[in-house]
Formats: sequence, C-alpha cells, structure tokens
Amino acid sequence: MNLVTLADFAHARAGDKGNILSIAVFPHDAAHYAWMLQELTCDRVAEQFATRSPSKVHRYELPNLNALNFVLEDALEGGVNRSCGLDRHGKSLSYLLLALRLPGPQD
Amino acid sequence: MTKTILVGCGAGFANDRPDAALRLAQDLAQRSGQRYIMLELLAERTLAEAQLRKRLDPQAGYSARLFDFLEPMLDLCIEAGIPIITNGGAANPRAAAQRLRHALAGRFPGLKIACVLGDDLLDETPARYARWLSSDPQEQPVSVNVYTGADGIVQALTDGAGIVLCGRVADPSLAVGAIRHGLGWKADDWQKIAVATAAGHLLECCTQVTGGYFAHPGMKDIPDPANLGCPIAEIHEDGRLIIGKTRHSGGRVSEQTVKEQLLYEVHDPRRYLTPDVVLDLGEARVQDLGADRVEISGLLGHPHPDTLKGLAGIRGLWFGEAEISYAGPGALARAALAREILLERFDRLAPGVQPWIDLSGVASLFNDQGGLYLQQQLAQAPALEDVRVRIGLTHTDRPLVEALLAEVESLYTNGPAGGGGVRRHLVEAVTTRSFLLPRDEIHTTLEWY
Repeated sequence: MNLVTLADFAHARAGDKGNILSIAVFPHDAAHYAWMLQELTCDRVAEQFATRSPSKVHRYELPNLNALNFVLEDALEGGVNRSCGLDRHGKSLSYLLLALRLPGPQD
Repeated sequence: MTKTILVGCGAGFANDRPDAALRLAQDLAQRSGQRYIMLELLAERTLAEAQLRKRLDPQAGYSARLFDFLEPMLDLCIEAGIPIITNGGAANPRAAAQRLRHALAGRFPGLKIACVLGDDLLDETPARYARWLSSDPQEQPVSVNVYTGADGIVQALTDGAGIVLCGRVADPSLAVGAIRHGLGWKADDWQKIAVATAAGHLLECCTQVTGGYFAHPGMKDIPDPANLGCPIAEIHEDGRLIIGKTRHSGGRVSEQTVKEQLLYEVHDPRRYLTPDVVLDLGEARVQDLGADRVEISGLLGHPHPDTLKGLAGIRGLWFGEAEISYAGPGALARAALAREILLERFDRLAPGVQPWIDLSGVASLFNDQGGLYLQQQLAQAPALEDVRVRIGLTHTDRPLVEALLAEVESLYTNGPAGGGGVRRHLVEAVTTRSFLLPRDEIHTTLEWY
C-alpha cells in the first residue's frame, strides 16, 4: 500500500489538561478533509500512541473548520504536575501524531 | 455604524515577552475608540508557587514578572484611557496593588486600581474548603482557588477602574469582562457571551494566535518570527469578531493560525466549559479578510454551568532530574550501558522506585515512564554519536531523590568511558487536584487602592 506521513498533508497543535492530551489536526489542503476523515481513525491514533496507553481516544469532527480534534485520556503519564518526563505537558506530541504513516489520498 | 471595541493581549503566560506587550500598548494608544489590554500570567501550577512566595513574604505572591509587563506600559495606557486587566495578582492582588501605587509615586492620583477577590479559598477558614480536598492528612494544600468568571471585572470597570488586578479568574474571562463592559452585553446573553469567550480564548495565549508555536520551515512559514506581534481582537456590537495584531510587527494572522488556537486545549468542541458560558464551536467558521485579519463566525453559546472549577495545589512531592552525555564512536552503546548500570543501582538503593530514563537523540520527548517507546527506537539500531542519558523521578522523600540523582553524577568515575556534562536539578513538585463546587457559593468582591 502507498503509505504517506501525515505531516506532509496536515498540521496540528497539542494541548493538555491534567492527564488528558488533546490534538487538533488540520489538512493543509481543505480537499483532503474527507481523506483525513476516512483514514485518521481513533484506532490508528490509539495505535500510534500505544506506548502511552491512553485509556480512551475520542475524535470530534469539525467540518466547517476542516478539522479533527482528538482527545486521549490518561496519555500524559500523570500530566504536567506528576510526569517524570522531559515534556511534562506533552506539547511535542502533536508531532508524534504527525509522524503517523497511513494510506495516502487518491488524488 | 456599529460600535467596535479593541482588546489586545500582551502576555499569554508568565514568561512571555514584555517588549511585545509594550509595542502592543504603543499601537493601541494611537488608535481610537474603546480599547483594553489583558495580561494572562497564570498557569495551573503558578498559583501554588505564588502562595509559597507569599508565605515567606506577605508583600509577595503576585506574578513574579507582573511589573516587567506593567511598568513600561503604565503611563501610556493611563494617558490613553486603556484599562489593563490581569490575573497577575495571583495569590496576592492586594500586595500588587500596593506596589503599583508605590511605583506611581503620586502620579495619576485619579487612577483607580481594583482588586478582584474571592477566588482564593485558602484566604478563608479551612472549613470552607476542606470538604473539596482529600481526607489524607499527608496532603498539605498550599493553594485552593476557584476559576471565577467575568462579573468582578465588569463591576470594577463600570466603577471606573484603570487597572484591574485579579487572581484565579478563568483566562478567557479577562477578555469577557472587558467586552461586557465595552459593549454593554448582558451576562446571560449567551450568544454574545460565546463571542466574547471565543475572543478571550483566542487571545489568552497571546502570540499563539499570531504565528507563535506555529512555524514549520517549508510547510508553515512565519515572517519575522523573532518579533511576533501581540493579538488584538476587534469586537463589534452586532457580534462580529475579528482577530488582528500589532501593526508593523512580525508574525501572521491566518485561517491556519486562528484554527490551531481556536481548538487549543479544547476537548468536546461543542461544550467548552467556562464560568461565563458553555461555548459551542461546532458551527464555527473562520475567514481570512487579508492584511493579518481573520473573522470568526458561527459561535454558539449555552447557559453557563451550575458549577465552578476549583484547583488545589498540594505539596509534598519532589521532582529530580539528572543527565550525562556520551559522544563519538560507540556513544549509543556507552549510553545504553550507563542506563543499565543506573537501573541496577536504583533497584538496589530504592526498590520499587522506577526512574524515567531517556536517551536523548534516540527517545526523549516521545518517551514514556516504562521506556516502551525507547525500546522501540533502540530496536531500529540508530547510528548516533551524541547521546544524552536523562533520568527523571518523583518521590516524597527528598533525601532519597538527592541520593538517586547523585548516582548519575557518580557515573563520572564509575560509569562507561567518556561520560561528560552532568547536570542535576531538584524542585518541589506541587501537584494539583481539581474539584467542582456550586457556583452560588462563590462571590467575588472588589477592593480599591
């Protein structure tokens, strides 16, 4: 299968609240929103973040903004006040999502 | 023509850039109409840290950098009639007000400085907040605050405040207070309060909506990225909302920068809970008007929640980090050996304490407590000649944390060949616990200085 890296087609920003990670993802080209909707599934995102063992992954669709908002519960190793990691907020994790390899758009 | 007001944001967190805030004030001072500046200087942990400073010195406890932002813009804003609204009062808005009066040294005697109080439950009897906390006597709360809404700010501005010093008011409420005052919007006009809250949400992280935290060379480029301009929201009486920025500044306001910030730290976009309104972004649209101006429309509001969010800061945990680097031929093998040595030593000295271990260059930011991501990356046998070993750990026993950090330093004489650049860092980690309480239990009050 023709796999692509999400970062070549989309941009993203991560945010944290406690131990919950949220990442909003936007296609560079609005025409790719339908592709993202089909291919960027909760299962794929959960698999990409498997080493963070999120207890739940939610996906919210915003067709007017051509955006998907992912919310990963318990994915921040305790969050900014408890994590022993370097990036306690998980700010950099937008790029772990953008590193995802997935089937490319048809066009 | 409908009435239009401007709200600029000069700080999105305590370590933002005072020079950008000053340029914002200079720009706004040259514009006409009703204008406001908000300074957002608090994060979840900062309030607890501010309370600890206040314990040591009753005249401290406001945001440590508040005056770095305030002092340069003060005269400009007072003379131009631009109120400044900030949560930089932190744990001690009264002390900030007193210092501000002192800094003015008799100038602007007509200036009214308001403190918005009532968010700080620690200021009151323990019985008032004890029920929201854990019954564990080991847990020592150093801060107990409630995220309050815009009411206190509106009242302060209505009563003529030139400077409004708040503690733990919700970030977007800093703008909501200004907008309700400027346009006379009613607190229960949910559609209008949704617009005001969206404005506050887009402004609250300052340059994160004008090209900050955004650039990716070749993919998302930002002009003059070392001189980002602060955001300015244009709010029209009819509910139009446009985000722009300081004139002649770097950065960019585009559909992309606005969308990234609109969903920042949002969970369910149809239910973004704030003390002032439940903001619904489900139908929101953004439109680039050109010249670094973007309009946001389709914002919906639902009645505010019956509860307010409280946050307690709790002491008693220590966070330690230590690092050592290996470079040149065989660097990764030597770093990996250092990791093995540390794991064996830790297991002996503190059984049950599992340190977080990164090998920077192989895995750090994306790594996890169990080191699963690190193992995945190591399995790909990367060829690296500069690797930094980092351990991180938290524990209630400070001397134990110190002893374990010393283990990293002991690798100088006991570890693999050629280790260098040890750094150690130990801080008190204030943890937080959030809770909900009925909103009618909290009443903000004003004090004047």
